[in-house]
Amino acid sequence: MPSKCKHLEKLNATLEQYEQYRKFIIYKDKVLALGNDSLEKTIAIAVSLCLVCAVLVSFAAVALKPLQAGNKAADMKKNILDVAGLLEEGADINAAFSDKIEAKLVDLETGDYVDGINADEYDQRKAAKDPAQSILIPKDKDIAHIRVKAKYAKVFLVKEAGQVKSIILPINGYGLWSTLYGFLSLEADGQTVQSINFYDQQETPGLGGEVVNPNWRALWKGKKVYAESDQPALDKGLIGEADIGEPALSLIKGSVDNTKPGSQYQVDGLAGATLTSTGVTNLVRYWTSNEGFAPYLKKVRTVKGVKS
Amino acid sequence: MSAILNDETKKVLTTPLVNDNPITLQVLGICSALAVTSQMSTSLIMALALTLVTAFSSAAISAIRNHIPSSIRIIVQMTIIASLVIVVDQILKAFAYDVSKQLSVFVGLIITNCIVMGRAEGYAMKNPPLESFMDGIGNGLGYSLILVTVAFFREILGSGKLLGIEVFKLTKDGGWYDPNGLMLLPPSAFFIIGLIIWGVRQWKPAQAEKVEFKILSIAHGEGGHH
Repeated sequence: MPSKCKHLEKLNATLEQYEQYRKFIIYKDKVLALGNDSLEKTIAIAVSLCLVCAVLVSFAAVALKPLQAGNKAADMKKNILDVAGLLEEGADINAAFSDKIEAKLVDLETGDYVDGINADEYDQRKAAKDPAQSILIPKDKDIAHIRVKAKYAKVFLVKEAGQVKSIILPINGYGLWSTLYGFLSLEADGQTVQSINFYDQQETPGLGGEVVNPNWRALWKGKKVYAESDQPALDKGLIGEADIGEPALSLIKGSVDNTKPGSQYQVDGLAGATLTSTGVTNLVRYWTSNEGFAPYLKKVRTVKGVKS
Repeated sequence: MSAILNDETKKVLTTPLVNDNPITLQVLGICSALAVTSQMSTSLIMALALTLVTAFSSAAISAIRNHIPSSIRIIVQMTIIASLVIVVDQILKAFAYDVSKQLSVFVGLIITNCIVMGRAEGYAMKNPPLESFMDGIGNGLGYSLILVTVAFFREILGSGKLLGIEVFKLTKDGGWYDPNGLMLLPPSAFFIIGLIIWGVRQWKPAQAEKVEFKILSIAHGEGGHH
């Protein structure tokens, strides 16, 4: 009589549940009737309050996670479009992004494109934290103070009519309080700056935080990243020469005098934020050196425009 | 409206607007009032967030007020407030990402906003949930009123805009208005709040604090009761 047995088991389980529920109710009434300052009630109230609050908070966090991740991804795309100069007010960000921009993975050591990994799903910041996918930077070369870098960097190519118009490089480095994360957009020659922006930074608002100021960012347009051969860099590079010239771009104190030779390698420093300015100089130099994108940019230059 | 609300509810809803305003009379919650008022949009969201947190935390605390052990009273209140603030923060990150980026830490700092704790301890611990909820709404609105007023002056004088829409044409764009940079910095909120407090206390002299000490008039040998 297996079916009857099952039936009985089920009934027993239900009865047991009911019994437990009854015990809980009795206990609840007992605790609530206790004096507010009794030890048992204090502990019971604290535990149950924590349970209720924990459920509430975790429910909100889990249920809203997909929406938040979507917002974050859209924000990243917006920043990339912004640094590419393609951000239009009110336009559909996703459509504009997939229309004009292509993500590519670059092996930092060789400067070659990496195939076989889906670039759209690759997260460089996550990869930098994974020992299997990252490289420890030797102390003497770590001028950007980031300690590790991902083996593969995710660059973005902006295309117009099949031609690469600009190259967007992910950059990061330490400022005063925080690691600044941003993008440096170069024209197809791999030398002329189109724009720069920082999408994640916690520098002092009003001082170092001015790295996000559009007026300051506009000063970067047309600046040169590498010293051209006939013109020596103003101050010697911090980590030696890259194959395609020395990373020369730096932030200076005060305003740049555009009539002076070498001004194409200089950008106004941020007033009242010497350490953030130094940090930005270092991180731009780091990422344009042999440690960063120099091998890749060399290939970009020799093939005269990037093929993909 | 008056048919639904009884006298107590009406009272707790309206007195915090002017007569018992948490900012101008009690001078609570100043920190966030300085930080988020350089734009109308951020201060409106902040005001909404604080009003909701105050209302719901007061209601929740009031609902269990008879069972809160006095030895862990403040911790219980903080736990409820902090949980609600995290929920609000998560909601903002999901539905108003740009604003939540601008408000950054200040949403989290609602936890330590004295108005929320003040209402929980001062009102919700002694009154039923519905009234406590309304008291939270009322105090939130009082806070909002000041916040939005301050933000109105700071945004229009500091950047010539209201809610991001240009009102005064700036000189750098060929207009006539030269923006006052001080208005974009937190100290300007001190000046504006100070002026508002002065104005309100001129209008309602009962709000002015009594002088705590009086200099005794020794020459006449009497006890300073002028």
